[in-house]
Amino acid sequence: MAQEAYVFDAIRTPRGRGKKNGSLHEVKPIDLVVTLMREMQQRHELDTSQVDDVVLGCVTPIGEQGADIAKISAQYADWDIDVPGVQLNRFCASGLESVNVAAMKVRSGWEHLVVAGGVESMSRYPLGADGGAMVLDPAVNAGTNFVPQGIGADLIATLEGFFREDVDAFGLRSQKLAAEAWKEERFKRSVVPVLDQNGLCILDHDEYMRPSSTMEGLGRLNPSFAMMGEMGFDAVALQKYPEVERINHVHTAGNSSGIVDGASLVLIGSKEKGAALGLTPRARIRAAALVGTEPTIMLTGPAPATKKALKVAGMDINDIDLMEVNEAFASVVLRFLREMGVDDMDRLNVNGGSIAMGHPLGATGSILLATLLDELERQDKTTGLITLCVGGGMGIATIIERV
Amino acid sequence: MAFRYEKDQDDIVTLTMDMEGRSVNVINDAFGKGFQQALATLQKEEDLKGVILTSAKKVFLAGADLEQIYEQTDPKVLFESTEAMKAGLRQLEKLGKPVVAAINGTALGGGYELALACHHRIAIDSDRIKIGLPEVSLGLIPGGGGITRMVRMLGLQASFPYLTEGKQLKPKAAKKAGLIDDLAEDKAQLIEKARAWIHANPKAHNPWDGEKFRIPGGDPRRPAIAQMLAIAPAIMKKKTFGNYPAAQAIMNAAVEGAYVDFDTASRIESRYFVQVATGQTSKNMINTFWFQLNKVNAGESRPKDIPRQETKKVGVLGAGMMGHGIAYVSAFAGIEVVLKDVSRERAEEGKAKIEKLLNKRVSRGRMTEEKRDSILQRITPTGDAKDLQGCDLIVEAVFENRELKAKVTKEAEAEMLGDGVFASNTSTLPISGLAEASVRPEKFVGLHFFSPVEKMKLVEIITGEKTSPETLAKAFDYVLQIKKVPIVVNDSRGFYTSRVFSTYVFEGMALLAEGQLPRAIEAAGLQAGMPVGPFAVSDEVSMSLMAHIRKQTREDLEAVGETLPHHPGEVVLEKMVTIDRLGKAHGAGFYEYPKGEAKHLWPELHELFVDEDAPKASQQDLMDRLMFIQCLETVRCIEEGVFTSVADGNVGSIFGWGFAPFKGGTLQFINDYGVAAFVERAQQLAEAHGERFVPPQMLIDMAAEGRTFV
Repeated sequence: MAQEAYVFDAIRTPRGRGKKNGSLHEVKPIDLVVTLMREMQQRHELDTSQVDDVVLGCVTPIGEQGADIAKISAQYADWDIDVPGVQLNRFCASGLESVNVAAMKVRSGWEHLVVAGGVESMSRYPLGADGGAMVLDPAVNAGTNFVPQGIGADLIATLEGFFREDVDAFGLRSQKLAAEAWKEERFKRSVVPVLDQNGLCILDHDEYMRPSSTMEGLGRLNPSFAMMGEMGFDAVALQKYPEVERINHVHTAGNSSGIVDGASLVLIGSKEKGAALGLTPRARIRAAALVGTEPTIMLTGPAPATKKALKVAGMDINDIDLMEVNEAFASVVLRFLREMGVDDMDRLNVNGGSIAMGHPLGATGSILLATLLDELERQDKTTGLITLCVGGGMGIATIIERV
Repeated sequence: MAFRYEKDQDDIVTLTMDMEGRSVNVINDAFGKGFQQALATLQKEEDLKGVILTSAKKVFLAGADLEQIYEQTDPKVLFESTEAMKAGLRQLEKLGKPVVAAINGTALGGGYELALACHHRIAIDSDRIKIGLPEVSLGLIPGGGGITRMVRMLGLQASFPYLTEGKQLKPKAAKKAGLIDDLAEDKAQLIEKARAWIHANPKAHNPWDGEKFRIPGGDPRRPAIAQMLAIAPAIMKKKTFGNYPAAQAIMNAAVEGAYVDFDTASRIESRYFVQVATGQTSKNMINTFWFQLNKVNAGESRPKDIPRQETKKVGVLGAGMMGHGIAYVSAFAGIEVVLKDVSRERAEEGKAKIEKLLNKRVSRGRMTEEKRDSILQRITPTGDAKDLQGCDLIVEAVFENRELKAKVTKEAEAEMLGDGVFASNTSTLPISGLAEASVRPEKFVGLHFFSPVEKMKLVEIITGEKTSPETLAKAFDYVLQIKKVPIVVNDSRGFYTSRVFSTYVFEGMALLAEGQLPRAIEAAGLQAGMPVGPFAVSDEVSMSLMAHIRKQTREDLEAVGETLPHHPGEVVLEKMVTIDRLGKAHGAGFYEYPKGEAKHLWPELHELFVDEDAPKASQQDLMDRLMFIQCLETVRCIEEGVFTSVADGNVGSIFGWGFAPFKGGTLQFINDYGVAAFVERAQQLAEAHGERFVPPQMLIDMAAEGRTFV
C-alpha cells in the first residue's frame, strides 16, 4: 500500500508586474526562491536535512534562473548540503507538475519529504527567451502547425461562441474577486513579502491588479492577437479547423493572464515524516493527471486532465468543492466549465486568478494550490481541484482533500 | 548656500560648489539642499544652453560626509536619502542640456560620482588632483550611481579595478583610463574647454540614456564576460577570505545592475550601499581609518602647547636593514641625513641599497632622475662619529645589544647638537634602561620603526621614565615629517606592538603543542584576517630571535625577583630551536623552502606535534583563540598604562602588525564582538585553555557599564 502524500504548507511571493517598472524586476529569481525557503524553514523550524528533494518549475530556465535553480537555491538558502534539487519544465504546468512529482515521489515510498514549487522572472526572461524547436525551428514549427497560445485562445472562443462581452465579463470578475480577496486578507497565510537585504520591503502585494476595471474600460482594449493572426497564424489554425471561417479575436490584456514575476513553494511529505518533524498535514493529494491534446488549439487540456484525475480519485466533478482553473485566457476557463457541465461559477476561482493577479509561468501551478488550500480552510470545505492548460497541447490537474 | 549660481550672456549656467564654513565641499544635508535648489532653478531656465559644474575650493568635491554615514544605522532613512540624492543626479543627467564637470581639484567618491552624472568631464592636469572611487577602502561602496555609471561607461571588466580596489588616478592617467574626457592646463582653460564643449554638443545625454545602448564589452549574458564572472569572485576571495563585504557588494551591484536597466541598476546599487553603510565592517573601518587615524595624525597623543619642531639633520646609526630604511624615508622627506656605520664602506653599502630603492621608482616612472639624485645627495655615508655634528636628531638602529647601544649613544651625544634628541629604534629593550647610558636622558626616546621601513606606515614612539614632553613632541613631529603614523606608548617590556603581536605567534605555537593540525592553525590566522599565519610569520621573524627575546625577558625579570609565566607555546619554540629549524633566513623553519619552488609547511610537524587522536578544534575556535589573545593583551596594555589612546591602540595594531583591518583594530574588534559577549567568550576560553584568556577587570567593568572603546 502506497503511503499518502500530504501538503504541510504552501506559500508564495507577491506577484510583480513583469516589466522593467515591475517591483520584482530588480530581484533576482534565486532571491525570490530563497525568500520562500527561509520562510518555510523558519515557519516550521524545518530540519532541512530531512528534505529528500527540491523540485522547482521554471519555464525559461536560462540566465539567472538557469542551471538547476532548485539545487542552487537550497544551497544559497543555507539548507543542509544533503538536500538535492531539480528544475523541471512542463511549460505553464511546471509549478503544479512539481507538486505532482513531489506527491508521486512520496507515494512511491522512496522519498518522504519533498519541496515543490516554481519560479519565473518574466520581466527578465520573457516567454520564449529560451528558444526551442516548437517555435524557432521552421521544420518543426511548420510540421506541427504551431500557432501562439493567444490564437488558440481566440480559436476556442470562436468555436465555443464566446463573444467579447463574455470574456471581458470574466476578466472583470477576476479583478473584482481578487480585489475583494486582498481586501479581506485572504492571501495572508500564503503570501510572503519580498524584502531587500536590509529588511526593507520591495513588494508585499500583487501589483498587477486593476481593481477599478469596468466593462467599458475593458471593452476599449485592442485585441492582442489580431495582427499576428492576420499575418498568418490564423491561416495555420484555420487549415487545421476548416469548419471555421474566421477567428474572432476577443482576447486582450484585460481578459488574458498577466505577465508577472513570482515564486511559490509547497512542502509535501508522508504522514510519518510530518509527525516526526512536528508538521501538521493540511491536505492530502488525492490524484494527479496529465493529458496531451490537439496542439494547434493547444489550450483545451484542463477538462480532459480533470476527467482523468477524477477517475483516478474515483470522484465526480460534483464532488469538488472548489476549483482553481488557471486563467491563462478567459475562453480556456469558460470552455472548461462547459465541457465539465458546470453551470455556475460559485466554486470557480473565487478569489480571482491569473487575469487579475498574473501568471508567473513556472510558479503558477503551486500558487494556485496555495490559494485553493487557504480558501478550502476559510470556507471549511474539503475537496479542491487545480487545473491548467499547457503549452504544446497538454493539460494538468491535481485534486486535493483537506485532512 | 552650498552652490553659487551664475548665468552668463551665452545662457550657460556655472554652478560653483562653495560650502560655507568648510575648507572642502562634502555631500551632506546642506549640500543636498543646495543641489536640489540649483536643480529646480535650472529646470525653470528657458534659454539654457548648458551647465558647468565646478568648485570654489581646492578640492572639487570630497565625497560623502563620513560623519553622517557613520552615525546612520537606520536602513530605511539611508535608503530614502540615497535615492533622493540619486534622483537629483538623474535629473541633472536628463536635463536635456549639456552638463560639464570642470574638475578643478580632487574628485573622489561622491565627488567623482557627481562628475559621472555629467555628460563630459574635464580636469586640470595637476598631480595634486586625484580621481576615483575609493569607498571600498573604508568598507563602503560607491552608492551615488558610481557603480551603475562606471560599468556603463567602461564595461564590467574594465571598471572592476576602479570599483573593487578603489584605485585613485591622477588626471593624466584618469584620461587614459577613460575616467575623464579631457585635460586642461589651468582653471581658465578648464572653463574655456567646458564652454566650447557645451556649444559643440547642444543636445548632450549620456550613452546609457541613448537608444540601443549596450554596455561596452557586453553584459553578463555574453560568453566572454560570463567566463570572467565565473572566476572574479574566486580572485577576490583569494585576497579577502570573504572578510570584506564591500568588495563583494561592489561586484554584486555591478553584475546584477548590468542585467537590468539603468534605474533598476541604480536602485540595486543603493540597496547594497545601505547594507554595507549600516553594516559593522564599514563602521569598524571608518572608525579606525578615518576618525581615529585623523585623531592620531592630529596629535591626540602629542603634548599640547609645544610648538612644532622641524627636524633638519638626522644621524642614523647603523646602515643595516632598519638603518638604511630610516635614512631613506628621512632623506625622502627632505631631511639631511648622516648614515653612520662602523666603517665608511658599511655605510656606503647602506646607501647603495637606498639608491636601488630609488632606481626602482625611477624605472617605474614614479620619480624623476633629478629627484633621485637630490635625495641621494642628502645622505652622507660615514664611519666617523665626528660627522654627526650638527644633527638635531639621532636614530640608532644597531644590533639589539645593551652594551653596543650604550656605546653608540655616548659616541653620538658627544657630537650632536646639545639640545638634539637621541632616539633608539629598539623593538625589545626597555627605553628607560637604555637611557641610563645617556648624558641627557630627558632627551632620550624610543622610535620603533617596522620593517621594511619604506613600506610600513607606523612608528611606535616610546617614552622613557625621564623623556621630556619636548622630546616626545619633537619625535612626534619627526614621524609626521617623514609621513609616517606616530603612536605613543610608555616604556614597558615589548612596548605595545611587539608585546601584543607575540601573543598571536605564541598562541599559534600553543595550538600546535596541543596537537591541532598545522595547516588549520595557519589557515585560521588568514581566515581571521591576519596578513600571515602564525607559523609563516615566526619563520620571518626567526625562531632564534624569538628565543633570544624570551631568554632576555626571563633574565631581566629574574633580576628583579620576578618570574616569566610559562606559555604552552614555548615547547614548540624550544623544539624548533633544538632541531635547528630557525626560520626562513635559516632555510628551514615551520616551512620548507625548496629552491625555486613555493614554500610549504614542513611535513614532519605532524609527527612531532600532531596527536591524531586528540580532539580537533573547530576552525572558529582556532580563529577566536588567535584573535582574542591579541585583543586581551591590548586591553592589558591599557590597564597597565602602556598607552592610553584607543586610537593609538587600533591604528597601531593595523599599521604595526597587520591586525585584521576589517575589524578596525584590536580594541574595535571587542566593540564589534560586543564587550559583554567578548568577556563571556574570553571566560570560556580561559576555562578551556588557561589564564591568559582571563578578561582583565577593566573589560568586565566596561561590559557591566555598557561602555565601549571610543
